[in-house]
Amino acid sequence: MVYTEEYIKEKLTKELDAVHVEVTDESDGCGAKFSVLVVSDKFQGKPLLARHRLVNSVLQEELKTIHAFTQKTLTVEQWKQQ
Amino acid sequence: MNTLLRRSFLPVFNNTFRGSCRSFADAAINEKIDKIVKNNKVVVFMKGVPDAPRCGFSNAVVQIMRMHAVPYVSHDVLSDENLRQGIKDYSNWPTIPQVFINGEFVGGCDIMLQMHQSGELVEELKKVGIKSALLTAEETKKEMEKK
Repeated sequence: MVYTEEYIKEKLTKELDAVHVEVTDESDGCGAKFSVLVVSDKFQGKPLLARHRLVNSVLQEELKTIHAFTQKTLTVEQWKQQ
Repeated sequence: MNTLLRRSFLPVFNNTFRGSCRSFADAAINEKIDKIVKNNKVVVFMKGVPDAPRCGFSNAVVQIMRMHAVPYVSHDVLSDENLRQGIKDYSNWPTIPQVFINGEFVGGCDIMLQMHQSGELVEELKKVGIKSALLTAEETKKEMEKK
C-alpha cells in the first residue's frame, strides 16, 4: 500500500480534529518518507512526547511501511504565534 | 484418518509452539533492553555507529549529543534484527533513532531536535547530572565579558 499526502492529511484531520494539517511526501513518490505539521487542540496540555505518540497511534498501520516520518505538533494558539 | 488428524492437529501444535518460542525471545530482548537503559544514564539506539551513522535521523541525534558533549552508550540496531524490533516494542515507538535518559524513553529525532532548540535538553541533562557543553560555553563567555 502506497500512501499519499491526501490520504494522510485526511486521516490526521479527521482523527485529531485538526484545524490545520500539512503533509509533505519527501520520498519522491514512493510513499515511504513523510513530514507532517498538525495543528489541533487535542495537543493542549500534553508534552511533546505525548503529542507525538498520539499522532503515531493514529497512523499505527501506516507507520509500518512509512520508513521515515517527521512531525511537528502544535496547538491552535502555538500555531497562531508562529 | 491419519492425514485428517494431522491436518487438524498440527497447525494448532505449530502455532502454540511457535508462539511460545517467540514470546520467550521477546521476553529475553525486553529484559536485555531494560538492563541497557537502566544501567546507563544516556542511551541511543541508532542505525550505524556514532562515527558512521547510516541514517540522517540517527546522524542528527549524534550531532546533538556531540554539541552538548553528552557521554552516551550507543547501540546499532542494523547489526541486530532482534534489537531493531525489540526496541520498538519496548518503547512503543515506531521509528529509530530512540534516546533514553535515566531509563526513560525521551523521544526520537524530532523530539531531540525540538528539545535542543527550546533549551529543554539542557535542563533534562542537568537533572541527571550531565552539564551540557553549551551551558559551559555560555558561562565562559559571560566570565570573559565580566573581565
